Amino acid sequence: MAVLTYIESSNGKIKKSGFELASYACELAKQTNSSAIAITINCPDTSEIANYGIDKVLKVNSDSLNEFNAKLYSDVISQASTNFDCDRIVLSSSSDSKYLAPLLAAKIDASYLNNVISLPSNLNPFTVRRTAFTNKAFSDTSSSSKNIIIGLSNNSFGLVENSVSLSEEDFQVNLENSNLAVESTEKASGTISIADADIVVSAGRGMKGPENWNLIEDLANTLGAATACSKPVSDMGWRPHSEHVGQTGKPVATNLYIAIGISGAIQHLAGINSSKIKVVINNDPEAPFFKAADYGVVGDAFEVVPKLNEKLKEFNLQNS
Amino acid sequence: MKILVCISHVPDTTSKINFVDDDTKFDVQGVQFVINPNDEFGLTRAMWLKEKQDASIDVINVGNQTSEPTLRKALAIGADRAIRINAEPIDGFFVAKQIAEFIKENPYDLIIAGRESIDYNGAMVPGLIAGFLNIDYVTNCTKLDIENGKATLDREIDGGKETLSGSLPIIIGGQKGLVEESDLRIPNMRGIMQARQKPLDTIEPFDFSPNTSTIKFHKPEPKQAVKLVDSDNLDELINLLHNEAKVL
Ligand SMILES: Cc1cc2nc3c(=O)[nH]c(=O)nc-3n(C[C@H](O)[C@H](O)[C@H](O)COP(=O)(O)OP(=O)(O)OC[C@H]3O[C@@H](n4cnc5c(N)ncnc54)[C@H](O)[C@@H]3O)c2cc1C
Ligand SMILES: Nc1ncnc2c1ncn2[C@@H]1O[C@H](COP(=O)(O)O)[C@@H](O)[C@H]1O
Repeated sequence: MAVLTYIESSNGKIKKSGFELASYACELAKQTNSSAIAITINCPDTSEIANYGIDKVLKVNSDSLNEFNAKLYSDVISQASTNFDCDRIVLSSSSDSKYLAPLLAAKIDASYLNNVISLPSNLNPFTVRRTAFTNKAFSDTSSSSKNIIIGLSNNSFGLVENSVSLSEEDFQVNLENSNLAVESTEKASGTISIADADIVVSAGRGMKGPENWNLIEDLANTLGAATACSKPVSDMGWRPHSEHVGQTGKPVATNLYIAIGISGAIQHLAGINSSKIKVVINNDPEAPFFKAADYGVVGDAFEVVPKLNEKLKEFNLQNS
Repeated sequence: MKILVCISHVPDTTSKINFVDDDTKFDVQGVQFVINPNDEFGLTRAMWLKEKQDASIDVINVGNQTSEPTLRKALAIGADRAIRINAEPIDGFFVAKQIAEFIKENPYDLIIAGRESIDYNGAMVPGLIAGFLNIDYVTNCTKLDIENGKATLDREIDGGKETLSGSLPIIIGGQKGLVEESDLRIPNMRGIMQARQKPLDTIEPFDFSPNTSTIKFHKPEPKQAVKLVDSDNLDELINLLHNEAKVL
């Protein structure tokens, strides 16, 4: 029995979330006295995961997998799990991995536990902690299935550095045809996506209008952060829909979430609650966000944000 | 075209979350239940298909009798028939098995579910159904058009969107974008009266067991009060984020 983790890549490089998955998979393997194997798809350079304990990677290369296809990708992972006798499969919480996970679960007759935030507290039955009710509660969930898929919540486990030497193995797969075809893809280029970001700078109606977003973008640049926004901001077309976070938008589970001119409505908080540290900047001390935040500044965003940006630039210089 | 909309019956987002029975069950006392928001977007999209392209809409829920008002609301919005599989929806696997068995006996051209339900956030029911029945599946779906048995769909991806094409039958996990909030319909008097006459069929569950169980729920530790930093002392904020929170 072994642990298999599917490590995503983009533009031929391992995604950062992959290091956390590798760390989790190795710790899980330790706990269960088994070994951890990684699988990548069309990723030429996998060397970096060896820093996080993975000593064996299966590399799949196929032109039919250039575009993500949930069915084909789940077939690939299913074939690897069968070939290498893997009964625990660790996946990220990216939109692609959440898409393929249930298809894989049906295929290999596995239990799918998602939103997982811990290693198992018990191995028999296999029990892990998960978030539920849009992060307003946790659930300790167990499964006695032979095969279990773990969907790890972003930034919930952290990194465990452990350098090992890596053996790479080409893995051949049999692919069926898919009826679904990708016609086109629109992706903001050059910017960091909310799902991959360590820091997210998010702004709301308090910014008054789209013309003021340069303040938000400047701050995000200094921090190497992704930008996000509240729902009314995307509804009014001030920002693209892909930036909308919250219950009806994208979920955010980042290390640092900075909310500027956002009141902190429950539907907004529902989507960002699982971020580790929340900072609020708002000129109304009564704004509900202050109850949900770790750090707060009561003040006018138009003064605080540029000032904070300058201070952060100084900080970056001192720490570089 | 025959459409099936999967409806999950969930506590409204603003509900207080509490647990009973030694923290193993969600406390429904005083909680307002609604159609899962992602399913409401899907149901409204189905209504447009019905009005413009001559479709029939069935709605289905796996649940006990308490979800009947939610199904009646779906009928009042405009669905033609409701089906309730009479069982506690214990986990996503169980629910998906029930709906998949039902679909095996009653095929549909289009099956619309939500990308996730806002209570247990499983994000698995439509994908499992697709896997069990080997039907094409698209989730995080923000746009759906159907013409001559061909489907064109948008899927939200990290940092953008993707446009896909496929053919029926197909199953989607829908969300906002399929229609907008302003398109959602509040049932009117006529709809509510008509809904009373529409069939709401109860069927007994197929013989499957859940594959997970909840050992215990926990509520997060009470949050520490926010640390306020003066707007003239932003160095302190950076210091706290760097040295205390260790996120810079
Ligand atoms: C079913 C449903 C789903 C929803 N889903 C979402 C969702 O997914 N995401 C989401 O965000 N919302 C969602 N909402 C909407 C949500 O309820 C709020 O209306 C919304 O989050 C408010 O956005 P906001 O904070 O930007 O605007 P507002 O509530 O208008 O708040 C603006 C804030 O800016 C502050 N401000 C004003 N001027 C300044 C200044 N100069 N400097 C600093 N601060 C300033 C104000 O004090 C105020 O707190 C949903 C609502 C419903 C009913
Ligand atoms: N008990 C249920 N009855 C019918 N449909 C459901 C049920 N639970 C979930 N669904 C459907 O599956 C979608 C995803 O739910 P989940 O996998 O629970 O996050 C929901 O938006 C519904 O469309």
